Amino acid sequence: MGGRSTARGLLLAAAAAALSLLPLLTGNQAVVNWAVLVLLHAALAQSWNLLGGFAGQVNLGHAAFFGLGALATRRLWLGGLPLGGAFLLGAAAAAAMGVVVGIPSLRLRGPYLAIGTLAVAEILRITVGNALPQVSSLPAASLAAYTLVPRYYLALLLAALVTATAWWLTRSRFGYGLVAVREDEGVAEAIGVNAFRHKVAAFVLSGCFAGMAGGVFAFYHVSFYPAFAFDPLWTFDPLLITYLGGVGTVWGPPIGAVFFLVLQEALALRLGELHLLVFGILFIAVVVALPGGFMEVVRNFRRPRPSRAGIRLDSDGTSTP
Amino acid sequence: MTFLTQNAIFGLLVGGLYGLAAVGLSLVFGVLKMLNVAHGELIMLGGYIGFWLFTLWGVDPFLSLVPSALLLLLVGMLLYRALFSRLIRFPDETKLKNSILIGFGLALILQTLAILAWKADERTVTTPYAGSVLPVHGVIVPLLRLGGLAVALLTLGGLHLFLHHTLPGKAIRATAEDVEAASLVGIPVPVIFLSAFGLGGALAGIAGTLVSMTDAVSPAMGLSWTLKALIVVVLGGLGNIFGTFLAGLFLGMAESISGFFLGNAYREVMGLVLFLLVLSLRPQGLFGRG
Repeated sequence: MGGRSTARGLLLAAAAAALSLLPLLTGNQAVVNWAVLVLLHAALAQSWNLLGGFAGQVNLGHAAFFGLGALATRRLWLGGLPLGGAFLLGAAAAAAMGVVVGIPSLRLRGPYLAIGTLAVAEILRITVGNALPQVSSLPAASLAAYTLVPRYYLALLLAALVTATAWWLTRSRFGYGLVAVREDEGVAEAIGVNAFRHKVAAFVLSGCFAGMAGGVFAFYHVSFYPAFAFDPLWTFDPLLITYLGGVGTVWGPPIGAVFFLVLQEALALRLGELHLLVFGILFIAVVVALPGGFMEVVRNFRRPRPSRAGIRLDSDGTSTP
Repeated sequence: MTFLTQNAIFGLLVGGLYGLAAVGLSLVFGVLKMLNVAHGELIMLGGYIGFWLFTLWGVDPFLSLVPSALLLLLVGMLLYRALFSRLIRFPDETKLKNSILIGFGLALILQTLAILAWKADERTVTTPYAGSVLPVHGVIVPLLRLGGLAVALLTLGGLHLFLHHTLPGKAIRATAEDVEAASLVGIPVPVIFLSAFGLGGALAGIAGTLVSMTDAVSPAMGLSWTLKALIVVVLGGLGNIFGTFLAGLFLGMAESISGFFLGNAYREVMGLVLFLLVLSLRPQGLFGRG
């Protein structure tokens, strides 16, 4: 085991070094731009994974948090606030919405959480589309000074932060509590886990990070319609990425994000609209046939024999302990 | 005041359609404990069937209701066989979650296919009698929507009779009540599942073809119809046909009247807000029994 964990540490360090030096290594703006998108999607997917993967609660309104973060950050930033302040306030707004939406909806069981969050996201999308129909563009001055590098580092910082949070969940009391709630809420309650509090905390955490991803989007994008940041796409893509990579695992969302954007790049050019079809089929195939995503393939490859007993923290939501 | 009455009447007429759009979803949920969030896309397919039969061969959309129901029955059964039947072996919570996920992917697939096949344009069916109205005491009742309401009522009434007074219908209800007990008394549960899903599809097909007569049909229409159906299902109380229909009328009226006061752009938002209120205050639904 020692050799393997050293190898993993080295791999992680190499990846971290490569990622933090990437803008210096390549002058190719297209590559950096692509990397920003990968990191943004990885961060957003990982934020969904914190709640959907570890706590097993399906939020179909993730776009609401992303959009709110994007909208608040953008308006405050363009209104004259320093970027850091705007970014944190955007995250705070998303977290606040997490409290307001999470407390009533997480009390309900069955399909209500998924439906309720979907409804919240649509309410916001339609309202924002009505209230702010104008496209939001960067003013000429900041457009002239626009460079990708700070966008890249902000996205990298966020992706690293959310992934570190996911990693923390695999080895903290709070994370064990979440997984217990996911596997069986009744049993979790019986062993003293306050299921409701755990779910609300995970919901707020997940929403707050999604808001930050929205903040990165607001900082990165030159011009977009405010309602676009609330589009259901910002729920669907992270879901797809998370399931492709491996739901409830630390490395699933980042791996899924790389795969997703490689595939999107390759397919969108050749197939146009058809590439969405491929994504839809892929998504269903993973849910039906490979509920553990890529990480399950990796695990099975490394561990051909049946795994250890006990709850596997990095296992998917559906497999039994 | 007349204007308000007009809006209320209009809402009532639309509401029947909402009830119909929701009842298929409710049936599938009640029997299979699965939530097909691609229900709106099935409605979209029904809408295109109405549109193309009318555009290509001039078939009256009221006649298209039959082929639409049959085709969507097949589509529903096919989708069940290919996808949703794989979830049966899972415990309830996992089954529900995975059905939502599959529906999500399915919605994307059907939407993309519709764009590829028929372009993203909004389509409408304009029959010669599309503009006919029935004036009642200064209030105008569009005949087409009145016809739609009548079809919705007939369909739901027929469904009620089927579920309560025929053997297969009773088998479906028994399965919804208790799967294990149903299979113990010899009800072929897999067949019931298959037919309930098909029936849900057929109901979506009828609803879709009705939609094509009065509203625009487009590949992107699915999500908003799924949401409407979900709202109505939850307002009406899960698995309650009569409640579902009432909730449909209620949502139609609420949308229409709030559209009157707040402007049309916000009518959908009001429906959703209302839904969230009911969800947090009365999760068993407005018409459901706690």
